[in-house]
Amino acid sequence: MNLLLTAEQQELRTAVRSFLAANARPRDGHDPAVYRRLNGELGLAGLLVPEEYGGAGAGYAELAVALEETGAALLPGPYLATVFATIALSLTPDKELLTQIAEGRAVTLAEGPGLTGTYEQVLSGMEAEVLVTRVGDTFYAVELDGPGVSRTAQPALDVTRGYARIELDQPPARELGAAPESGVFDRMAIALAAEQLGVMRASLDAIVAYAKIRAAFGRLIGSYQAVKHKLADMHGKLEQAESIVRYAAWTADNEPGEVARAGMFAQAFVGRACFEVARDHLLLHGGIGFTWEHDAHLYYKRAKADEVLLGPPRVYRARLAQLLEL
Amino acid sequence: MNLDEYRRTARQWLEANTPAAEGVDGAKRFMAGLYDAGYSGITWPKEWGGQGLGQAEERAFAEVAREFSMPTPIFSIGLGMCGPTLVDRGDDEQRARWIRPLLRGEEIWCQLFSEPGAGSDVASLQTRAVRDGEGWIVNGQKVWTTNAQYADWGLILTRTDIDVPKHKGLTMFVVNMRHPGVTVRPLRDMTGRAHFNEIFFDDVHIPDSDRVGEVNDGWSVAVTTLLHERLSISAGVGMSGDNPTSLEALREVVDTDDPLVRDQLVELYIRSKALQLFNQRLGQETRAGIFPGARGSAAKLLLAELTVFQADLAVNLVGPQALLEDDRLAFAVSWAPGMALGGGTNEIMRGIVGDRVLNLPPEPRVDKTVPFKDLKVGTQA
Repeated sequence: MNLLLTAEQQELRTAVRSFLAANARPRDGHDPAVYRRLNGELGLAGLLVPEEYGGAGAGYAELAVALEETGAALLPGPYLATVFATIALSLTPDKELLTQIAEGRAVTLAEGPGLTGTYEQVLSGMEAEVLVTRVGDTFYAVELDGPGVSRTAQPALDVTRGYARIELDQPPARELGAAPESGVFDRMAIALAAEQLGVMRASLDAIVAYAKIRAAFGRLIGSYQAVKHKLADMHGKLEQAESIVRYAAWTADNEPGEVARAGMFAQAFVGRACFEVARDHLLLHGGIGFTWEHDAHLYYKRAKADEVLLGPPRVYRARLAQLLEL
Repeated sequence: MNLDEYRRTARQWLEANTPAAEGVDGAKRFMAGLYDAGYSGITWPKEWGGQGLGQAEERAFAEVAREFSMPTPIFSIGLGMCGPTLVDRGDDEQRARWIRPLLRGEEIWCQLFSEPGAGSDVASLQTRAVRDGEGWIVNGQKVWTTNAQYADWGLILTRTDIDVPKHKGLTMFVVNMRHPGVTVRPLRDMTGRAHFNEIFFDDVHIPDSDRVGEVNDGWSVAVTTLLHERLSISAGVGMSGDNPTSLEALREVVDTDDPLVRDQLVELYIRSKALQLFNQRLGQETRAGIFPGARGSAAKLLLAELTVFQADLAVNLVGPQALLEDDRLAFAVSWAPGMALGGGTNEIMRGIVGDRVLNLPPEPRVDKTVPFKDLKVGTQA
């Protein structure tokens, strides 16, 4: 098992990081031009797509590197939603949509009432161009700008990434083939953990930097043990979370039989740790952390949103207990 | 020899030579054989008696050795702390004199830093070494000394100047533990057993040739030793299958039909696995040439917290029968605090992570500029 980044993965990280530092604007919402460049110049959406379908043919280890950076930058928009759809489509017979994803189309995956009815809460549903949903055991793709579709924004806690309510009334839908019986949720859990690792890291970096410049009672606050010791504990959570994300990504690439356990474990630890670190980073900022102008609340809210994104956290723990045969 | 061959030969040797516990003499015989076969001091420099091989061989041997119960704990302080300190900071005469017998198990070592008044703040220690012609005379008391009852030599940190700030008046020596002025007493800890000793030094003479490093530069030598100590603790993660507080052990004895019990076992799994992976990653980094440095203190802190958490959890899951003295859980819960105190308390570890990993501003200190003789130390009545 390899828990370290290769030289190529480190290069990918550097490239994505510097691109996002210049272009990610969490408060401005989805910018289609940035999303196009993210896929065009860096090929992020095509990472998991096999080369024969126009992607990079990379693995979860590379995907995790990318998601850690998009998480750290709080990249707004449909990247994570598209990653989730990519995971599902990788395990589905029809590959045409995968090619479109590699070309830069935004896709979202949702469970719902089929081809007629209301989807109350579709992740990045306003920004996505295509909805992948299941009818019975079959996946279908619906063009969200086409006939038979109406959608309304559903603003949410996380102001950097929202939902849409989508109403379908027998829209044209393309059949993609049999939906995979298992494995999608587990891999989504791993991808999400990578984003959470980035949120955690950025939160800790921000409060550590602030603790070095903010003075109170004549001293920099980072010199107080009450602050320093809490930051040390947060660092311990981050070190473990990074180890877990590398392990889970390695598992997804190399040990398909262990993916369920790795995914549930990753969410059970990293999902919680991410929220705790983001929460404490906000609290340690003091009053400024409670203001709208400061970014601390953006990280806090993303961390909370991510913790419950795929369901209440008890789901991961209960399934982990099952998988451990407890 | 390739690594597979190396492993195979090592396994053959261990199968033929690992004895059942036969006391100190048996352990010494084993260690001599181990050294002669080339498996002690694998990465240590050849010129001082080591094998001069690489991390790959050391790791290969450690993997194989894990399957055997080697009688080596009484050599662990020498191999893990005193020896590496001598290799790093001793002079050639000292290395020539001590390293080979240490590696061969002919001589046993202990480490003498902590005192009743100086634990976390070990640099405030009060054991004095005073010049006496060509040598030094040592008086004072040390505590928490593992293996002192068997030791031939001890690495001792002493105060040699009280007129300068505390870190600047310390000197490191090697002390002969067989000197008549050395008294070793077993120290009964909270488990009721004596895992450690307290040592009294009464006019103990040390020749100047047994000084390690310069006079009053003992602190920098001690830092070398402590670095080796923390690395050896966090690497030896206490997750052996034989741990009665492990998930594997507990699932056999508790009612896993109860969803609350299941969730607590899940919590134990999550925390154990998270730390195990962190340690594994640190190990991979070390082998890739990235020195973990103070991040090892984060691993040690997490191990201490996990050990205390899981002993507590285990007793709560099992209930009153875990209280009986011959139940292993009663011992585990009594032993667990030691992990959070030995090798640096949790608070000290958090301070190290904050200062040296996160580079946070240091706390203002009153003890850095004051001469030692004017400093408040130990317990003030």
